[in-house]
Amino acid sequence: MGEKKLMRGNEAIAEAAIRAGCRNYFAYPITPQAELLQWMAENMSEQENGTFLQAESEIGAISMVYGAASTGERTMTSSSSPGISLKQEGISYIAGSELPAVIVNIMRGGPGLGNIQPAQGDYFQATKGGGHGDYRLIALAPSTVPEAAELTFEAFNLADKYRNPVIILADGMIGQMMEPVELPSPVDTSDFPSKPWATTGKNGRKSNTIRSFALGAEDLKSINQDLQEKYRKIKEAETRYEEIGVEDPDVLLVAFGTVARIARSTRRLAKEEGIDVGIFRPITLWPFPGDRLSELSRKVDTVFTVEMNAGQMVEDVRLSINSDINTPFYGEQGGVVPDPSRILEEVKKYV
Amino acid sequence: MDQYSTIISGFGGQGVILTGKIIARTGMEEGMEVTWLPSYGPEMRGGTANCTAIISSDLIGSPVVTEPSSLIAFNKPSLDKFGSRVQEDGLIVLNSSLIDDCSTAESNNVIPLPVNEIAKGLGNQKVINMVALGGWSKASGKLSLSALKKGMKLTLEESGKAKFVEINEKALEEGYEAAKEESLASTT
Amino acid sequence: MSEKAVAENTGKMKKVFDKPETLNDQQFSYCPGCHHGVINRLIAEAIDELGIQDTTVGTAPVGCSVFMYKWFDIDVIQPAHGRVSAVATGAKRARPDLTVFAYQGDGDFASIGTNNSAHAANRGENITTFFINNTLYGMTGGEMAPTTLIGQKTTTSPQGRTAKDFGYPMKMSEMLAELDGPTYITRQAVYDVKRIDQAKAAIKKAFRFQMEDKGYSLIEFLSACPINWGMDPAEANERIREEVEEVYPLGDIIERS
Repeated sequence: MGEKKLMRGNEAIAEAAIRAGCRNYFAYPITPQAELLQWMAENMSEQENGTFLQAESEIGAISMVYGAASTGERTMTSSSSPGISLKQEGISYIAGSELPAVIVNIMRGGPGLGNIQPAQGDYFQATKGGGHGDYRLIALAPSTVPEAAELTFEAFNLADKYRNPVIILADGMIGQMMEPVELPSPVDTSDFPSKPWATTGKNGRKSNTIRSFALGAEDLKSINQDLQEKYRKIKEAETRYEEIGVEDPDVLLVAFGTVARIARSTRRLAKEEGIDVGIFRPITLWPFPGDRLSELSRKVDTVFTVEMNAGQMVEDVRLSINSDINTPFYGEQGGVVPDPSRILEEVKKYV
Repeated sequence: MDQYSTIISGFGGQGVILTGKIIARTGMEEGMEVTWLPSYGPEMRGGTANCTAIISSDLIGSPVVTEPSSLIAFNKPSLDKFGSRVQEDGLIVLNSSLIDDCSTAESNNVIPLPVNEIAKGLGNQKVINMVALGGWSKASGKLSLSALKKGMKLTLEESGKAKFVEINEKALEEGYEAAKEESLASTT
Repeated sequence: MSEKAVAENTGKMKKVFDKPETLNDQQFSYCPGCHHGVINRLIAEAIDELGIQDTTVGTAPVGCSVFMYKWFDIDVIQPAHGRVSAVATGAKRARPDLTVFAYQGDGDFASIGTNNSAHAANRGENITTFFINNTLYGMTGGEMAPTTLIGQKTTTSPQGRTAKDFGYPMKMSEMLAELDGPTYITRQAVYDVKRIDQAKAAIKKAFRFQMEDKGYSLIEFLSACPINWGMDPAEANERIREEVEEVYPLGDIIERS
């Protein structure tokens, strides 16, 4: 860990990526992630072999990621909701070809053009597919700027380890706000795992192919089975969450990202009124920490989900709990950030 | 101190964003938890660019504040928008050079400062934000003048504007002094 | 008997023709009279002769181009439909030491991928693009492409392409030659020995430009698709000479090295 700096989320994510050894960044401008692109434009060219390229389109950017990741080099793109929709084709190909890559979504209000305010409406898209076919992204949801930097850094390791795309699912508030960040020290790129699968010129070995194509039904089935096996391993080893006061709360509140940090304020307010609100915060949205949530739910009567959408993660919450306890939901949309006291009002209905 | 939040609001170009960043940066240097959040939506048009800076001894939950501990208002639309939201015992520093009618300033502690005139006296209209911030320092007592000078210096140096440190230091001092007189005047 | 077996079994004879090193033992599965096989072979020969098999990465997307990885003994990336120029850009930017080429059909290069194609050319990306123009979509069943000639009947222009409804044959090479980015743009054919020799020389020149860091090259091939044209191979060759070249004339369009 290095020095403490006051940084915007977008900048912290960009700098953490560079320090994680990302040397190839391709993106297209969109609010509210523009500072990420700008940071990369300014700082990537100073890196040895660093590539910053403003692509012709979101589709161009994700396709460039596909090409660069094929060579085994650490690669990233970033965008915001409408742009991420455009990238879905490439993301499906990257997942199908098992390439390591990091995709950042600084979510904004939708659907359609929506607006540029913070929202969490892309949970389904990030965790259930988004593009065509059976695939999963490892989806990491930071709730503070320092955590955004930390998870971005870690995303590159996870991507390499599993040859799988990783998405950082943050929102406009995390992207735009400033907080003190202790940036990780730059990695030693010589420590990276070897990538014998990469298309780097055959150079004496058997030739490599990066493809998601298998014409025969049995061939494609077998590729899919391997993918599913990999996803099982990721679920086993990489499920992450944070718990605050979950031992014996009156209500267990489930929230991710921005809403989870707001929930901390709600917990404080509730305490003043003698109500104990516990917080369960999924850090990996996929794999969703359902097993742990199921355990915790046995101790409470109400598991309350709050999101900045019309109710997306709450479906995973209910699937995980699968019992008769209350599983109410409160959501805000359109860029409205839920107020801590408003959340408390809702919570009080179940105490 | 638990948590102290400040909304800084004004026209684009009045140095609103920088003022908030300096509060956050100074807080960080003083070992506090801090957040800074700009408004990046349509609010940026129509008269009020604003941002929110929070300094706290504990982890900060929501960086969005509906009832701030203090407000620095550089123009009338800003005061109209946020003046009634300030906590009852909160602080409002307002730019009396541009705001005659203070009826929307609903607080027990209102410090009107003619920041445009003070800045003019210093020979640089651009430093009105630091004049106001100096006044805020005195009236809130949350960050000392010397701490803010240091935070401002670091912030400007990092953005390649070191040559403006001196004039901004003077502006902070002038604002601090003016607020001292203003609070003396209001108590006598 | 394969060519190789003939050469080995007839001790007295001198071997004058062999498979390039850059192709493996897999047989092409292109239709009879299709020019993909000839063009594939020419690219492989050029790679052999330039000695870059170990450092070359090919990108070939969908349709009839999709099988390139099966018979080329080089590293190959298979991009999504139309994205070849962007994927090749990514690979080349990440590893400028590699020789990266794009191999795309006309639907890919001139329709769904036009945006990516045009911008790679405009940036002067240091890649080599082989653009196979057979005036329709081959693999999916002979549908109309942007390159389809006026009056040409396809499965989606059964009465023949009309300019009024579907616009004009899209001259990608001429269009891109208007940009300042590209270094070398040429249009070639492979229906006779002379043109095959010229095409191979163009391929080698384009690769050399990349190896010398000179930027973007595009070689458009007028290619036959006898099956979807409803012709035999000889008629298909004739059609290129008589009709297609009328709209898409052969020869170098720009060279700025």
